[in-house]
Amino acid sequence: MKTLIQELVETFGPSGYEDAVRTLLSDRIGGAVDEVRTDALGNLIAHKKGSGQGLRVMLAAHMDEIGLVVSHIDQQGFARFQTVGGVWPITLVSGRVRFANGAAGVIGWEYWLQKSELPKMDELFIDLGATSAADAPVAVGDVACFDRPFQDLGKRLVAKAMDDRIACAIAVQTLRELQETPNDIYVVFSTQEEVGTRGAMTAAFGIAPDVAVAIDVTDTGDTPEAIPMAVSLGGGPAIKIKDSGMIAHAGVKDWMIRTAEQAGIPYQREVLTAGTTDAYSIQTTRAGVPAGCLSIPCRNIHTPSEIVDYDDVLNSVRLLRAMLSAPITL
Amino acid sequence: MLLQQLSDARGVSGHELEVRALIAEAVHGLVDEQHTDVLGNLICLRRARRPVQGQALRVMVAAHMDEIGFLATGINKDGTVRFGKVGGIDDRILLSKQVVIGESAVPGVIGYRPIHLLSAKERRSAPDLSHAAIDIGATSKEAAEKLVKLGDQITFRTSFQPLEPGAQRCVKGKALDDRAGCATLVELLGHDYAIDLYAVFTTQEEVGLRGAKVAASAIAPDLAFVLEGTICDDLPKKEDLSHVTELGKGPAITFMDRSFIADRRLVDLLVKTAQAESIPYQFKKAAAGGTDAGAIQLSREGVPAVTVAVPCRNIHAPVSILSLNDLDNTVKLMVAALQRLEGSL
Amino acid sequence: MDLVMHLKQLTMATGLSGYEAGARSVIQQAWQPLADDFRTDALGNLIALKRGTRPAGAATRAVLLAAHMDEIGLMITGYEGAFLRFTRVGGVDLRTILGQEVTVHGRRELAGVVSSRPPHVLSEEERSAPVPADKLFIDVGLTADELPELVQVGDLVSMRRETIELAEGYLSGKAMDDRAGVASLTVCLEELQRLHHEWDVYAVATTQEEVGLKGAMVSAYGTAPTAAIAVDVGFGAQPGVSEEEAIEMDGGPSIAIGPNIHPRLYEALVQVATAHELKYQIEVAPGQTGTDAWAIQVAREGIPSALLSVPLRYMHTSVETLCLRDVQRTGRLMALTISALDEAFVASLTQ
Repeated sequence: MKTLIQELVETFGPSGYEDAVRTLLSDRIGGAVDEVRTDALGNLIAHKKGSGQGLRVMLAAHMDEIGLVVSHIDQQGFARFQTVGGVWPITLVSGRVRFANGAAGVIGWEYWLQKSELPKMDELFIDLGATSAADAPVAVGDVACFDRPFQDLGKRLVAKAMDDRIACAIAVQTLRELQETPNDIYVVFSTQEEVGTRGAMTAAFGIAPDVAVAIDVTDTGDTPEAIPMAVSLGGGPAIKIKDSGMIAHAGVKDWMIRTAEQAGIPYQREVLTAGTTDAYSIQTTRAGVPAGCLSIPCRNIHTPSEIVDYDDVLNSVRLLRAMLSAPITL
Repeated sequence: MLLQQLSDARGVSGHELEVRALIAEAVHGLVDEQHTDVLGNLICLRRARRPVQGQALRVMVAAHMDEIGFLATGINKDGTVRFGKVGGIDDRILLSKQVVIGESAVPGVIGYRPIHLLSAKERRSAPDLSHAAIDIGATSKEAAEKLVKLGDQITFRTSFQPLEPGAQRCVKGKALDDRAGCATLVELLGHDYAIDLYAVFTTQEEVGLRGAKVAASAIAPDLAFVLEGTICDDLPKKEDLSHVTELGKGPAITFMDRSFIADRRLVDLLVKTAQAESIPYQFKKAAAGGTDAGAIQLSREGVPAVTVAVPCRNIHAPVSILSLNDLDNTVKLMVAALQRLEGSL
Repeated sequence: MDLVMHLKQLTMATGLSGYEAGARSVIQQAWQPLADDFRTDALGNLIALKRGTRPAGAATRAVLLAAHMDEIGLMITGYEGAFLRFTRVGGVDLRTILGQEVTVHGRRELAGVVSSRPPHVLSEEERSAPVPADKLFIDVGLTADELPELVQVGDLVSMRRETIELAEGYLSGKAMDDRAGVASLTVCLEELQRLHHEWDVYAVATTQEEVGLKGAMVSAYGTAPTAAIAVDVGFGAQPGVSEEEAIEMDGGPSIAIGPNIHPRLYEALVQVATAHELKYQIEVAPGQTGTDAWAIQVAREGIPSALLSVPLRYMHTSVETLCLRDVQRTGRLMALTISALDEAFVASLTQ
């Protein structure tokens, strides 16, 4: 599974520009599902038919990652930019970015000129290696993502875009391992989550599921000065109770906890005070969808070095497989 | 000139009646169907006039009728009128302005403390308008109540006018965001296409893209264009930074803003059309602001969408400026792009 | 119906956003004799249908009445020794809960107190600022060893507050926001037993209003009504709130006007209130009303919406105070307006 994870996290795919991730995923899920389609917003929707009598279940893992978009190229060929999704200036300084066409850039910050201790976005620029606007390898409107390789630390894995490619990998692996199921399963590899959980909204409208579970990363409280939070790396998949955008459906939450306990899979109870997931927009689709979220504990979210625990990843697959392979009662 | 009538017409969000009536008359004879929905959107259909193979594409083109402004929220004992902002308005532009209130167009002014009475600190800081009120000349609450009702719309008192004739053919007026889009959309209805064109003049864009949301839900279009008046920040700057758009450089195509990411196929269509027809165009060089495209894109199962805008200086202020060249080129670009559409994307 | 008793039962029931079952059962019991059909949807909205008597061959028309049953509160996020950390569910002002008695809904209901350090040991600087969120704890009197047996991360915490009668028909307690609205729906349903109405009425006790108008959004989609009236609470005049910001207590419901409101529905409410000499006030909302009406208006292809607000003092505290007469007026105004709804009204909606 680590190969799959590496392929996914190293692929280019900021919000709205998920094409390469979609191509990779549709190739990798090939034999595991009955039908695959792409909708108007670019969501990749994989359908695995149930043996009947089950529920229509939607899983959502988002393909997009945070990134930058060029807003201006000055006469010397430096690019100014805005963010795509929640990017913090501090995570960019002296880092490198990559564009869809392969062009690379270095984020510059003239810190010796600045009065502030922390960089501000409008003080940063991308050095494209160009000598003038005319020979800049990219144009206004082009989009970039962090350029950082995947690293396997053994028990822990590090990469950019673990948020949320790790969930894409988990979803693919779950589909591969899932045998007979009574439930009609729609796995949505969604677009534009980082700019407002947009893809999942329209996908959910199309699917009209009976129940939905988003798969996404969550913060942890286990670093030296962490804000208190009862989730740790390696403690098992986190079952969401509440985040700042939504309260998980009590029935979905209980179903997830019950399944984990019956299958002897370690899990953690998650109350996240910042951030939300695709479940937020799925929940209020049409006449309402009972929705919850399975979270993978992750450190340094929205930085180029997001860290997850491999056991948490494997246990997430086990939990999802157990949840989906039996009839569901909410 | 339709743009002049539209700019001078008054219609803050939720009060689009006058603008709608003007447009309904202007499109008469150009459309096959038209109706107003419960949110006040004017929805017009001009069916395909050119041969289509199979089902014609359902293309929604939207421009919003509403403008920023105020509602009368209360009347003080001294006869002045309290107001609440409708849409995003910078407090600092309100000092020393004329406004018009309600159906009978009662004139009023927003004054401020004389400079002589301000402390040095007050003069250096942004004005505090939390207790500002509009002076309509009434000297008592009772007198004011005869002229103003709670909930009356309040607009800037600005008249549309061409500026000095020059190469850019500039005009000034209020509410060019988005009466420029409305004027463009009416023009589009005078041409023939191989698509079913749903021209939607939307309401309540400035308070959250609300008209477009329900209109798109009703129409279920295959794809959508939004016509806007957009930010133009081309005043002189020391630094070599983005102007967002520049006046006179043609229609601005949005690749991304706060509300949506444009569908790249539609961006390509516009760019290729502009290049083929030698129509000047520019990109909106900042992911700022939001438009009806944000709501339309998320409608139902998702709708590919793009925004094309006329650059407007001083947007969201009592008086904006645009170049008629930009407006004409926006019409040309949109007509040519829509004429290239048939079958599917 | 005894309105005081009804409101006491409603407000003392527990129903935090997302977990409204306690409030829902009290409401369903009260509405049982007043409506024809009940269902609970995917997000927990209680949807009661009272059928109208429409002439043969007439189109089906329905009005949605929405009042939210969820209340704000707290949720446990972790342990710190023998104490509990928590976060907010909805817009609780943490400054108002110092020394607040609470119920922790753990494996069983535990009494607790929101505790903070005594003033004697604090510096001048600390005393002049609100107690920071990370220095507030819930104490249920158990030891660190005993706690995990009974309390888990994600357990809900509700305010413990008895609803009391004040002088001159005023009532005070927690969760008046928006059980007062629910009570006005009860009054409306009662009035409708006596009144002729052609339109079907969906009385909906909505969920998750305090965390994003969610119940209203989906129930409006699910019921697809012809028009809707949301009832919420409005800022009643109180010490420290200016006349410009408030509506008058005992002045009747405020009828909102602004982009969120369909002008014909607003006019209908004003007309009925005037004709029946029901006290009312006007409240101008230039933008987002922050109520269920905001979500309902843009459901599906658009739903003409109105908003009534019951004047309420001390909103989002546990001593929310209202005047019973305002609740009655709100219910009556809705019932009388509903009984006047006809096809001419429908035609006027798109003119």
